[in-house]
Amino acid sequence: MVRLEPRRQHSQSMVYLSPVLAILMTLVVGGIIFAFMGKNPLDALYTFFILPINNSYGLSELFVKATPLVIIAVGLAMGFRANVWNIGAEGQLTMGAIFGGGLALYFYDSESVFLLPAMFVLGALGGAFWGAIPALLRTRFNANEILTSLMLTYVATLFLSFLVHGPWRNPEGFNFPESRPFPDAGLLPVIYDGTRVHLGTAVAVLVVIAGWLLLSKSVIGFQLRVVGKAPQAARHVGFRQKRMIWFTLLLSGGLAGLAGLFEVAGPIGQLQPSISPGYGFTAIIVAFLGRLHPVGILFGGLIMALTYLGGELAQITLGLPNAVTGLFQGILLFFLLACDVLTKYRVRFGSIAAKGRTA
Amino acid sequence: MGVATVTSTTGDAGTEAIKGAGPAQLEVRGVTKAFPGCLANDDISFRIEPGEIHALLGENGAGKSTLVKIIYGVLQADQGELIWEGAPVTIQSPHDAREMGIGLVFQHFSLFETMTVLENIALAMNDVRDMDALRKQVEEVEKTYGLPLDPDRHVYTLSVGERQRIEIVRCLLQNPKLLILDEPTSVLTPQEVEKLFETLRRLADEGCAILYISHKLHEVKALCQKATVLRGGKVVGGCDPREETAKSMAEMMIGQKLTAPDRGESRTFGDVRLDVSNLSLLSDEQFGTHLKDINLEVRGGEIMGVAGVAGNGQNELFRALAGETEQEAAPDTIKIDGKSVAHFGPRRRRRLGATFVPEERNGHGAVPDMSLSENGFLTAFRRMALSAKGLIREMPTKSFADNIIKTFDVRTTGTGAEAGSLSGGNLQKFIVGREILQDPGVLVISQPTWGVDAGAASAIHQALLDLAAKGTAVLVISQDLDEIFAICDSVVVMAEGKMSKPRPMADVSIEEIGLLMGGLHDLEGDVTPANNLEVEGGRVGQA
Repeated sequence: MVRLEPRRQHSQSMVYLSPVLAILMTLVVGGIIFAFMGKNPLDALYTFFILPINNSYGLSELFVKATPLVIIAVGLAMGFRANVWNIGAEGQLTMGAIFGGGLALYFYDSESVFLLPAMFVLGALGGAFWGAIPALLRTRFNANEILTSLMLTYVATLFLSFLVHGPWRNPEGFNFPESRPFPDAGLLPVIYDGTRVHLGTAVAVLVVIAGWLLLSKSVIGFQLRVVGKAPQAARHVGFRQKRMIWFTLLLSGGLAGLAGLFEVAGPIGQLQPSISPGYGFTAIIVAFLGRLHPVGILFGGLIMALTYLGGELAQITLGLPNAVTGLFQGILLFFLLACDVLTKYRVRFGSIAAKGRTA
Repeated sequence: MGVATVTSTTGDAGTEAIKGAGPAQLEVRGVTKAFPGCLANDDISFRIEPGEIHALLGENGAGKSTLVKIIYGVLQADQGELIWEGAPVTIQSPHDAREMGIGLVFQHFSLFETMTVLENIALAMNDVRDMDALRKQVEEVEKTYGLPLDPDRHVYTLSVGERQRIEIVRCLLQNPKLLILDEPTSVLTPQEVEKLFETLRRLADEGCAILYISHKLHEVKALCQKATVLRGGKVVGGCDPREETAKSMAEMMIGQKLTAPDRGESRTFGDVRLDVSNLSLLSDEQFGTHLKDINLEVRGGEIMGVAGVAGNGQNELFRALAGETEQEAAPDTIKIDGKSVAHFGPRRRRRLGATFVPEERNGHGAVPDMSLSENGFLTAFRRMALSAKGLIREMPTKSFADNIIKTFDVRTTGTGAEAGSLSGGNLQKFIVGREILQDPGVLVISQPTWGVDAGAASAIHQALLDLAAKGTAVLVISQDLDEIFAICDSVVVMAEGKMSKPRPMADVSIEEIGLLMGGLHDLEGDVTPANNLEVEGGRVGQA
């Protein structure tokens, strides 16, 4: 019989080492998979993880991809800390893009400098609105937010699809299911010429700093942590769980909405049926890879962004299917969770009596 | 005290053993058991004769439970052996232990609430084919040993004492030769304790050996013929409890002199600071106890004790006073310094000067994997102004925690230590200190010294007395009557969610409290208090 036994003391350094370990094991297993697919593992890994970023343009693309991941993951981490499991960031991202992007389409010939800030606000509001629905269902009817937020993702995606196929389709777009391109006043300025690195990347850095301040220096961040770690203690001192549910779902929804807006007002420049290669879901992995800590999330976001770039390149140069990206992300999450389990527990073989003897 | 007595008593035990006629029922020889980071049992030896009631004494963490688990086959010793009726044995599992004739009554019951008594008994038997035969057996055991119990009642309707009877009947059905009871009386009223003792004495007369684990010394003195005292995993002595005083045994247990708490001169009380009137509240929990028409007044400078057997509404009362309940109490039922707080949450009550210490330390009173600094902040950030503009003020927070650690002698590596890394006693000192240093007008504290070593317990008692002397109203909810008698000025008793009228400590006897704990205060109106014990006693006899 195999059992897991809680460790009396878990090493603090292992908490931070486990992501590193997980990444290494992902590379090993990834190499083995490449070998089975008939590719030279070292070449493939090189193509996947080094080639995409060995020039300055590639590096800039890394930041472009990491931007939404980091922004979303910081928000999600706040919720995860308080045991609020928002799985629907992808939907909130989509609603943010619809709300903010809708404004740009309404003022499609505007040149106002206020358009972009207004889009920021609306994007965040759209995401927060989509996060508010699971919050309401959870606090009112005790409906599990994992399910409701996830299901709302599909509603949001289909709603976007309806809009760009129907009412918001570009009248001059040859019937392609796409909106008009946003006006220049509704596009994020590029902050480094010759790349696609936009204002959103700078915002992502600010979000990380603000998230860190909120979590470790503020009273509300303290409340979040107490609610997550010891719900009964939170009740004892009057930190209300419902308030935390609302706060974290609105915050993570709002940040996801902002990230969605940055995508459509940045690299994409219009609304189209697909605006995200699953950033909202990948951000969940980023949040855990970063130990639910904003600074860790910054690194986690860069690593996960690399899997997107590597996947694209592997598709082009090695002819591997794009699913390899998802595969790598999945393997990484698997090893990460496994490392975490083994940090907290030790594996015991044999019966209880045997354990008594070995202890 | 100590060394001389210890050696002489072990000497006695030794000679007695040689004198003993046949082989011992059980002899423990040199049992050693180590866990990562602690030596739970260190070379433990003692013997129990058939028909002997043998006490195993020791504080929390002395190694009693580990030893019991080894005897019952739950754990295996690293070294040493067990001799059963003269022959060495290995006990691989509780199943083996039961086959040999060892019965164990656990401290915490393992019963299914929604099943009947008989079904619960059947579940614990190794093989049951005929329920009717089992019912007959059960009824016979109940009659022989005076353990009244209706086999068809559902467990959730039973009192804790009755639940314990199920466990005992379970053991007796297997005709044990050695019965182990682990802290059996912590949940019983004094009268129930006396009944249990009668049963145990009868069993011993029939030749059953009994290993009685407790830290309640009065009981050990009343019941046991021999005692083995453990401290820090070692046998530090043996004695005949009948020839010792409770104090001498306590000092043997903790290895140092005991000092009684200093109550100061007779105290004067101020205005009513905590006022509960006609408080009725449904429990948030499925099998919880509803509060029924609770009335009490605690004046400044007064320490009032709430006695009662666990599960009679004390937890619900605590939660109602702390503002943790989901339902709101009716308006004006709870007042702090004259201000109605029934509709307030915990934070507003604390702002009015009330502080609270719950029974459970880890996860209720403190967050185990947060630092002491953060745990200090947890309840004190408003009153001690540890936050400003929504941000945590690092320096004051740290120095507040530091202050608690210094003032209350909390043994720890510093303010950065996780609360969960502290021993029970030290964490309790920290939590109590945290609330006391907030200079509360009202302090409600539940089981202040539960699972706390004697040194820490006496420090906590002294701190509560000092706090009251400064004019705070203190409400102590405790199952430990000794504690209530040691520090309280007045006492109320809870039974089945109802509360007796407050009595000054000086006018009340332990027997009387025992009767109230059994739920007799419905009759209180008929009986003039204090001098009519005989009458109440008579009623119990008839009931």
